[in-house]
Amino acid sequence: MRVALMVTCVNDAMFPGTGAAVVRLLRRLGVDVDFPRGQTCCGQPMVNTGYLDEAVPAVRSFVDAFAGYDAVVTPSGSCAGSARHQHALVAKRAADNGKDPGLVDAVAAGPPTYELSEFLVDVLGVTDVGAYFPHTVTYHPTCHSLRMLGVGERPRRLLESVRGLRLVELPGADQCCGFGGTFALKNADTSVAMGADKVRHVRETGAEVLVAGDNSCLMHIGGMLSRQRSGVRVMHLAEILASTEATTAVENETGREAGSAGGAR
Amino acid sequence: MSGTFVGMPKFPGAAREALADTQLRYNLAHATGTIRGKRAAVVGEVENWEEVRLAGAAVKERALLELDQRLMQLEGALTARGATVHWARDAAEANAIVTGIAQAHAVDEVVKVKSMVTQEIGLNEALEAEGIAAWETDLAELIVQLGGDLPSHILVPAIHRNRAEVREIFLREMAKVGRPAPAGLTDEPAVLAGAAREHLREKFLRAKVAVSGANFAIADSGTLVVVESEGNGRMCLTLPEVLVSVVGIEKVVSTWDEVDPLLRLLPRSSTGERMNPYTSTWTGVTPGDGPQEVHVVLLDNGRTRALADEVGRQALRCIRCSACLNVCPVYERTGGHAYGSVYPGPIGAILNPLLKGTGVDEQVDSLPYASSLCGACFEACPVRIDIPEVLVHLRSKVVDGHRDDRIPKPEAVAFKAAGWAFGSAERLAAGERVSGLAGKVLGRRGGRKAQVLGRLPGPGGAWTDARDLPVPPTESFREWWERTDGGREEDDDDRT
Repeated sequence: MRVALMVTCVNDAMFPGTGAAVVRLLRRLGVDVDFPRGQTCCGQPMVNTGYLDEAVPAVRSFVDAFAGYDAVVTPSGSCAGSARHQHALVAKRAADNGKDPGLVDAVAAGPPTYELSEFLVDVLGVTDVGAYFPHTVTYHPTCHSLRMLGVGERPRRLLESVRGLRLVELPGADQCCGFGGTFALKNADTSVAMGADKVRHVRETGAEVLVAGDNSCLMHIGGMLSRQRSGVRVMHLAEILASTEATTAVENETGREAGSAGGAR
Repeated sequence: MSGTFVGMPKFPGAAREALADTQLRYNLAHATGTIRGKRAAVVGEVENWEEVRLAGAAVKERALLELDQRLMQLEGALTARGATVHWARDAAEANAIVTGIAQAHAVDEVVKVKSMVTQEIGLNEALEAEGIAAWETDLAELIVQLGGDLPSHILVPAIHRNRAEVREIFLREMAKVGRPAPAGLTDEPAVLAGAAREHLREKFLRAKVAVSGANFAIADSGTLVVVESEGNGRMCLTLPEVLVSVVGIEKVVSTWDEVDPLLRLLPRSSTGERMNPYTSTWTGVTPGDGPQEVHVVLLDNGRTRALADEVGRQALRCIRCSACLNVCPVYERTGGHAYGSVYPGPIGAILNPLLKGTGVDEQVDSLPYASSLCGACFEACPVRIDIPEVLVHLRSKVVDGHRDDRIPKPEAVAFKAAGWAFGSAERLAAGERVSGLAGKVLGRRGGRKAQVLGRLPGPGGAWTDARDLPVPPTESFREWWERTDGGREEDDDDRT
């Protein structure tokens, strides 16, 4: 099976450690994942702000980059949702406007796109990925992974199988954190009000790490946790699943976080 | 006496003000939390809920696709049963019809059943301008009306008020328009309801003309249906001699049987009840029983515009249950007034632009953006309106409306540039090298390794005012991939 990593534009530019963690994790599980160099962005920032025409080049580069692979895996519920639910919409509109008429067929012919937890549980059939992470963790199910993709209990099952990890319940877990892409800027006050409640719930758990499957949401929640000097850090699910006794030893030795090349969020 | 939504600021500004109202925040969090819990419990007991949802959506969808035929059928059935049918293209026409009927009977007051559509057209204000008082008889609408306030929720229009505030409004205002609140009024819900009952009773017994809306209009029999919880609506529907019902044209369904899934969906989704307490139905005039003069005003007011929108027309399936408001994290914090319409929350964010059109009013154009697209509304909607899909669609209509602007908005320029950059990995990589360089510079300020950026100027400030932003990494993922041969040559240092 030829598997391609869609790292996402946010991870590529801001959180390369998450991409590296996915690579390390999948290699450990025997998947020789490739990174098609032509990839850029799924187009979601444009689509969700109403700029459908501006999303056409991104969707085109997406389908070109991943053509010929058997599966695309991405560490983002939101971007997986965009590929599955929005690309056809963008392509249809482009065709209606006489732009890129081949895009509709190219989108339809593309390989299936899986969010990381879906790929691990459904395609590889694993829940114990051999990870070790001796910390108290709480999990925020991001809206698009929860409601657009329906990943359900998959991330929790993966986390519950991590050695040393103590998973604590997040109150109001299914409530949106308030990120919402450009919503975070266009309606910053409301976004922050929503984030404040999410952060309060995270802190109530007493967890030292907040984990989620979308770094964009974590950038928002983590940005507030950091501003409060809360002492709670955020990590992508991939980084926890990639952690082993070896990486933890490195972490302890250097006093740095394992696998989060992006630094504090 | 009542307030007006005219001249409301755009959503972000109105929301900022509402978010600072601590009493509002507390009242709403408490009220929506309670209703959410009740709804979840009673929806959870219906094993085939998804099937009923699909059936309800199909009933409404079918009626909308055959709307012209169903409306003619409804008119025929109503007329045959002694009702007078009026057609109104817009609010002004509908208001003139209702006012004319009231004037023909030389009344100076009407009693009203809780109705969203009469709020939509501003009927109370239109009647007031002609010297006719319109008394709201739904308890929550009465609170809003007495308080000179605006509704902030479709089902519970006074959701932003708590019982202490209600007591104050009753004590202060009831005497000005009728029977005063009793001395020694407490804020016990039963006592407050008792005061409202006494106050309203004299109006019910006196009124010659009543005005209602309708939840459903059944085309083949000409029957109108009103669903309510208090029985006050039934007082209005049965006691006065003349009944005028203003009905949006999207309320029509084909047959009685088709009301079945809708009556199962509505109470559980809206009040969290298994069955609706007061369901009133009437078919034209019944000699010797109830109103002997029955008028039905069929109203368009933007509905055919919405119907013409292939993506947006699903919003016309809405049965006004408010489930989307109660689960919406934005609504829960800003309340309904910030939406500047009698239709607030997620459904309001799509319905207002669909009814009024985009590109006309900046306030209306701001509504599709009043959502984080979290999808909780779609999940809760009993007739499966994909609200996030319609929100994104309407955003594209707002953007398209500005494509010919002589001076494009900074946002449009930014997205054009982003679209260009995302068209090629080389262009994107070049951008990332700039970001990496910035990371190197910004990460070393003051000789110490910084982890977060300070406050940013311009639009970036909207982020950094309340949230830290990490310093960009010095190496992008694609650079890491090249340097380490796809992670095959990474060393321990790469793991930091």
